[in-house]
Amino acid sequence: MRRRRPRCLKSSSSSPATTSRTSSRAPPMRGPDPNPGRYCFRLCKNRVYYVSESLVKRATNIGRHNLASLGTCIGKFTKGGSFHLTIQALSILAANAKHKVWLKPTSEMSFLYGNHVLKGGLGRITENINPGDGVVVFSMSDVPLGFGISQRSTQDCRKLDPNGLVVLHQADIGEYLRMEDEL
Amino acid sequence: MGAPVLNKKKKGARPAKPPPKKKLKNDLFAEKRSKKDDILEESDDQSKDIEEHQESEVESEVEEDGTGDSGSEVSSDGDDPLADDFLQGSGDEDKASSLDEDSDSGSDSDSDESDIEQKSRAIDEERARIEEEAGAEMQLNIKEESDEFRLPTKEELEEEALRPPDLPNMQRRIREIVRVLSNLKVLKQEGTTRKDYVEQLKKDLASYYGYNDFLIGALMEMFPPVELMELIEAFEKPRPICLRTNTLKTRRRDLADVLINRGVNLDPLSKWSKVGLVVYDSQVPIGATPEYMAGFYMLQSASSFLPVMALAPQEKERVVDMAAAPGGKTTYIAALMKNSGVVFANEMKAPRLKSLTANLHRMGVTNTIVSNYDGKELPKIIGVNSVDRVLLDAPCSGTGVISKDESVKTSKSLEDIQKCAFLQKQLLLAAIDMVDANSKSGGYIVYSTCSIMIPENEAVIDYALKRRDVKLVPCGLDFGRPGFIRFREHRFHPSLEKTRRFYPHVHNMDGFFVAKLKKMSNSKPTSVPTEPSETVEQVSGPEEDSSEKDTVEEPQNQTEAAENNVVVENGDVKNKKRKLPSDSRKIKGKWPSRDEMSGTREKRTKRKFPSRAEVSKMREEKRDALRRKNAANKRGK
Repeated sequence: MRRRRPRCLKSSSSSPATTSRTSSRAPPMRGPDPNPGRYCFRLCKNRVYYVSESLVKRATNIGRHNLASLGTCIGKFTKGGSFHLTIQALSILAANAKHKVWLKPTSEMSFLYGNHVLKGGLGRITENINPGDGVVVFSMSDVPLGFGISQRSTQDCRKLDPNGLVVLHQADIGEYLRMEDEL
Repeated sequence: MGAPVLNKKKKGARPAKPPPKKKLKNDLFAEKRSKKDDILEESDDQSKDIEEHQESEVESEVEEDGTGDSGSEVSSDGDDPLADDFLQGSGDEDKASSLDEDSDSGSDSDSDESDIEQKSRAIDEERARIEEEAGAEMQLNIKEESDEFRLPTKEELEEEALRPPDLPNMQRRIREIVRVLSNLKVLKQEGTTRKDYVEQLKKDLASYYGYNDFLIGALMEMFPPVELMELIEAFEKPRPICLRTNTLKTRRRDLADVLINRGVNLDPLSKWSKVGLVVYDSQVPIGATPEYMAGFYMLQSASSFLPVMALAPQEKERVVDMAAAPGGKTTYIAALMKNSGVVFANEMKAPRLKSLTANLHRMGVTNTIVSNYDGKELPKIIGVNSVDRVLLDAPCSGTGVISKDESVKTSKSLEDIQKCAFLQKQLLLAAIDMVDANSKSGGYIVYSTCSIMIPENEAVIDYALKRRDVKLVPCGLDFGRPGFIRFREHRFHPSLEKTRRFYPHVHNMDGFFVAKLKKMSNSKPTSVPTEPSETVEQVSGPEEDSSEKDTVEEPQNQTEAAENNVVVENGDVKNKKRKLPSDSRKIKGKWPSRDEMSGTREKRTKRKFPSRAEVSKMREEKRDALRRKNAANKRGK
C-alpha cells in the first residue's frame, strides 16, 4: 500500500475535529498551541519523519550518523524502494482517517498478535469503503489499534460469512512489544 | 494507705514465678472454697481474683487489727494454713502438692496477728529472694548467650569455614551482635572491642546475604547497625511495581478504571504524585495490556519520578536529557511540557536507542530529538549556554537498586565506584555548560543517580560547586532525607543538605539521590568570578563565550570586548579597563564584608589570591598584543 501525503502540510487542523467526536477517553494532546506551526517531512537513513519546522532547525546540529529519531517516524523506504508506513504513524493516521473499522473486544487481542480482521470480529465499519482502501482499526473504546487494507466493500462485508477476511493486517500496536527492534 | 503498697508488692512478686504460684493459688482457692462454699477446685482464670482476695485478706490481717473481726477471723482461718504453706513451700510444685496435706492439718489452728505479721514478712522475703535468683539466672543466661557468639574466635571460625554454612546460626549471631552493638557498654564481653564485633558482623552479613567485602564495609560506614539490618532486609525484597499515567493521552482516573476492569489491583501511588499508580497484583500481564501498547502508561519505578518532578520543565522550553534510555524520564518530561518546546534525548549506547525511540513513539511524544552521542561531547554539539534545563540521570554503580539486580552485591569494588564518580563529574560539568544561566524560565540542572554511595553523589555535587558557578536549590521533594554534609574525613559544602536521599527501608522505593542546581552565571570560575563581572555578563546576554579557548585569543577578545562589552570567559571583564586593579582591590576589600556570603562566594575568596598574578599576566599579554598590533599596522603602512 502506498499512501502519499503532501509535503510540508500545515499541522492537521482536522485533528481537533475528529478527536472531539470521540469519547472523553482520549483527550487531544497534539500540543497546547492553537497554531502549532508548519510541519514537514525529513528523510534520515531510509526513514521518514514528520516534524515541526522548529524542531528540524534544532536538529541540524546533530550529525547524520548520530541522529536516531526526530519527532514522529511515519515510515521507511525499503531496499526495493517502496515506502511502508510503520506503526509509529498511527496517531497521525488515526486523527485523520476517513475509513475506520471498530473491533469487538474478543478479537482485539487477535489483531494485536498480527492476525487479520475477520468478519466475526467486526463491530462497526464506516460507509463507502472500497476494496483496497487503507483503513484504521480501532477498539470499541476508540483506542487506535493499527491499520490495514480493506479487502471488501462495506456492502460486501454485510453479506460475508464470519470467517471472511475483512481487513488485511499491516501494522498494529502490539509490534511495540513483539518487534521493538525492527521498528 | 498501706493497702495499695502491699498490693503492688504482691503483684510485682507474682510474675517472677507465675506457674507454681498459680498452682498455689489454685490450691488456695480450692481450700477456701472447700471451707466456704464446698465447690470443686477448677479455676485458673480467677487467679487475679485470688490475688486480690489474698491481698485483701493479708492486708486486713496485717494492717487493720480491729476492722472486721468476723471477717478477719474467717480470713485468718483461711490464711493460717496459707501462712504455714508459704513458709514451708517456696513455690515449687512438689511443695504445692504438700500444701494440700498441710492445709487440712493447719486449717484448725488459730494464730495471733503478730504471728501472721511475721509470717507475711517471711513470705515477702521469700518472694524477694526468689525474684533475685530468677533475675540472676536471667543475667546468667544473657551472659552465656553473648559469650556464645564471641567465642568462635579462631578455632571455631576455622571449623565453620570447613563445614557448609550454618545459616540459622549465622542469622542468630548477626542479630545478637546487632543487639550488643546497640548497647555496647552493658552487653559486651570483657576483652573484646567494638571493632571485633563489627568485624564479625561484617563477615556474617557478607556470607549470609551474599555481599562482597567492599560493599558491606561501605554500607556499615554509612548506617548504624539497626538501620543497616533494615536496609539489607529491604534490599532482599522487590519494590512494588509502579506505573505512570501518560497525561498526553489519558487521565489517571480513566486509566485506573480501565485497568481495574481488566483485573489489575492498583492504588494511587502517593500524595506527592498525581500520575503514579502502584500495582499490587494483576490477572493480566501488566506490561502487555492493550492500554500499555496504546501508550496510556509507562512501567516505571517510583524513584524515577523524582528527578523529573525536581526538574519541573515548563512548556516551550528547551530541555536536554543526557542519559535517556529507556525513556521513562524523557517521556515524563515531554508529558509535563505537553509536547511543546524541544527535548533532546541523548543516549550513548546504540543498542539502547531502539527502546528509547520505541517508547517515545508509543507514548505519543512528538517534540523530541534523539541523538547518539557521548554525553561529554554534547555541549559541543548542542551548543554551550543554549538550553533551559538539563536532566542528568548519571550512569552509576547501581547500589540503590540491589533489589532489582543482585549481581551488584558482588561485582562492585572501589575502582568501579571511582570510575563511575569520575565519569559522573565530567558529565555534570558538561551538563552545567549546556545550560544558559540567563534563560528566562530555567537555568536548572538536576543530577540524579540510583546509587547510595557518597563518592558518586555528594562528592560529585561538591566538585561541581567548586568548578562552576552554580548553587544548590531545594528540589521540591520534601519527603526525602537530606544529603550528607560530612562523612568520615570528607567535608562538603553546607548547602548539600538541600539534596535528597531516598532509601528502600524508609521510603519503600529504590535507593536514589537527587540534587537540583541553579546556574548563576555563564562564566567558568577558573580564575576570578566577581560580582561586577556577573552583572556585566547579564547585560550582555547569552553570547558565545565559553568555548575552550587559548589564552592568546583572550587579549584580542579583551581589546574588542572593551568596545563591544562582550563577556569574556575568565570573567576578567573589568581587566580591560584601567581601573581594574583598584576594582579588584575593592572587590577583595568587599569580600570580608559578608554581604551575600553563599558558599560559592566563600570558595571564591580562597581562589582570589592567585588572581593578582594572573591579572598582571593578563595586562602584560595585552600590552604585548597591542605592541604587536601596532608593529603590524606600521609594517602594513
